Amino acid sequence: MKSSRLLAWIAIAIGVIYFIVPLIGTFEFSLRMRRGEYTFDAYQSVFSDLQFRATFGYSMLMALLTIVFGMLLVVPTAYWVRLRLPQIRPVIEFITLLPLVIPAIVIVFGYLRLYNSSSWLPLTNTTSGTNVLLMFSYMTLSLPYMYRAVDTAMRAIDVATLTEAAESLGAKWPTIMFRCIFPNVMSGVLSGAFITFAIVMGEFTMAALLNRPAFGPYLQLVGANKAYEPSALAIIAFAITWLSMGFLQLVSRFQKTAPLKA
Amino acid sequence: MSFLNLSNIQKAFGPVQVVKDFNMAIEKGEFVSFLGPSGCGKTTVLRMIAGFETPTGGSITVNGKSQANLKPNQRNIGMVFQAYALFPNMNVAENVAFGLKIAGKPKAEIDARVKEMLGLIKLDHLAERYPYQMSGGQQQRVALARALAPKPQVLLLDEPLSALDAKIRVSLREEIRMIQQQLGITTVFVTHDQEEALSISDRIVVMNAGKADQIGKPAEIYNRPATRFVANFVGTLNLIEAKVVDPVANRITIGDQGVTLREPLGNVKVGDTVSLALRPEAGSTAPDAKGDTALTGEVISSNFLGSVIRTRMKVGPAVISFDMFNSPGLVPPAVGETATLRFTAGDLLIIRD
Ligand SMILES: Nc1ncnc2c1ncn2[C@@H]1O[C@H](COP(=O)(O)OP(=O)(O)OP(=O)(O)O)[C@@H](O)[C@H]1O
Ligand SMILES: [Mg+2]
Repeated sequence: MKSSRLLAWIAIAIGVIYFIVPLIGTFEFSLRMRRGEYTFDAYQSVFSDLQFRATFGYSMLMALLTIVFGMLLVVPTAYWVRLRLPQIRPVIEFITLLPLVIPAIVIVFGYLRLYNSSSWLPLTNTTSGTNVLLMFSYMTLSLPYMYRAVDTAMRAIDVATLTEAAESLGAKWPTIMFRCIFPNVMSGVLSGAFITFAIVMGEFTMAALLNRPAFGPYLQLVGANKAYEPSALAIIAFAITWLSMGFLQLVSRFQKTAPLKA
Repeated sequence: MSFLNLSNIQKAFGPVQVVKDFNMAIEKGEFVSFLGPSGCGKTTVLRMIAGFETPTGGSITVNGKSQANLKPNQRNIGMVFQAYALFPNMNVAENVAFGLKIAGKPKAEIDARVKEMLGLIKLDHLAERYPYQMSGGQQQRVALARALAPKPQVLLLDEPLSALDAKIRVSLREEIRMIQQQLGITTVFVTHDQEEALSISDRIVVMNAGKADQIGKPAEIYNRPATRFVANFVGTLNLIEAKVVDPVANRITIGDQGVTLREPLGNVKVGDTVSLALRPEAGSTAPDAKGDTALTGEVISSNFLGSVIRTRMKVGPAVISFDMFNSPGLVPPAVGETATLRFTAGDLLIIRD
């Protein structure tokens, strides 16, 4: 009893050291830009960098678009599968897991083959076309998380009966989708959104290969060329992720709806 | 022509024929219950009326209009589900207003109607509550108000009370019946609880394996079951096998005790077996019991159930169960004793399947 308790504490301590020490080290290093004293100079340098603002803004925008279009794809799909095609759910789950298994670099080379300037749909010919392609790549990357989050939220409500109740009251499908289903899976939509946000903000491979000015490649660039700023950026990136996760927790706590009885 | 007509309805899921040749004509303002065991197709028939399932044969008309090409959202039929199915993101008032908003009613009219509906279900004070903040009984009343608010032509209820506990079940079924009569709305109520069906319906359809075995007023169904299935399912009727002794004089034997029936035996031969039904409350073993017919047998159990005493007695191969009203003077027969059950021969019904 006593010794197992001790072992547990040791395990926790090792874990904490493993995660926290490098973080503290990074943070401490990021404060040492000016010799002999701790300052936020590195952060100031980062925030005043125009490229930082541009890439950060670009990635934010991409993340937002990815979330909006991703949800417009995922929510109706998950809904339809639950309602009408429950037998193909395993297939859909498998498909949504593929982006976890196939490396991003393979996916992006696939895209480049399909949509290059001499293909039937030459998306990469224009900047906006490439932006669209990048957004769809991000959607692919975040699919496993979005689909799972939404599907889990749908399990908590009786999708089929709610749909029939709405139909018997005269509702057509856009109304059912946006007034009866979407608001009740909002917790899933939001948690999917925050994870997507974190993924897009840090993504490197796709943005770099599609040559778009995103935050990921910028991180890499700074990391290769400067000393203190990369540490500051790493801390900023961590903060973004943590904020996302924190919001995720908040959202799941302030869900207005309690699960329905089956 | 009746208000709601179901003629020769068929429904097959793949090779499985779930509803067979179902016929029913329901008058305007009538309260009809579909009663039957689990899996007999009650929900399926209801869902065909609502338009959620398409019949594989036959036709449904409401108010003279064929429903064949109407989607569920074009039928104007109210539906109440066993699992309430309130929209969790809307409060009570918003739930009730939902159908009216869809219909594009002006705001003032919606507000007035919502208020009226909440008054009807006596939940005015909970208009702002969300479904998860209410009990099952309250939620089901809101579901009823939501279904009634757009003034549907027909109200369908699929086992609306089976998720509730016994007390609420009884009070809510009376409330549903009162509201139904007040609004005069044509209603189909699905249940597998015979007491529920008997207590609130104008007419009952007893369903058995996708067919309507018997359609009738509650008292008819209870007193004159048409088939063995109905006799078994409705009430706690005794089914007794008897041997024909004299088809002309209507004489039969139960075990070795002879009985003369009131009802003509009809087309049977000497030695044939006939099934008889006897309601448990038809007879008594009390010394002052009246009746022109008596059966004697050994008491095998006697249970005190409060207002009644339920006794089971062995007569030849048959076991007959009967209920006597409890009264302070009544001495129930003891187990092992030989007792004589008296009743009127007219209470013995012949069951012809
Ligand atoms: N979508 C479906 N696909 C295949 N079979 C179905 C479907 N819906 C119902 N059935 C079958 O049809 C039969 C009748 O079902 P139904 O739901 O109408 O029964 P019920 O009388 O309402 O029973 P319960 O009292 O349990 O609700 C059942 O055997 C059921 O398995
Ligand atoms: Mg059912």
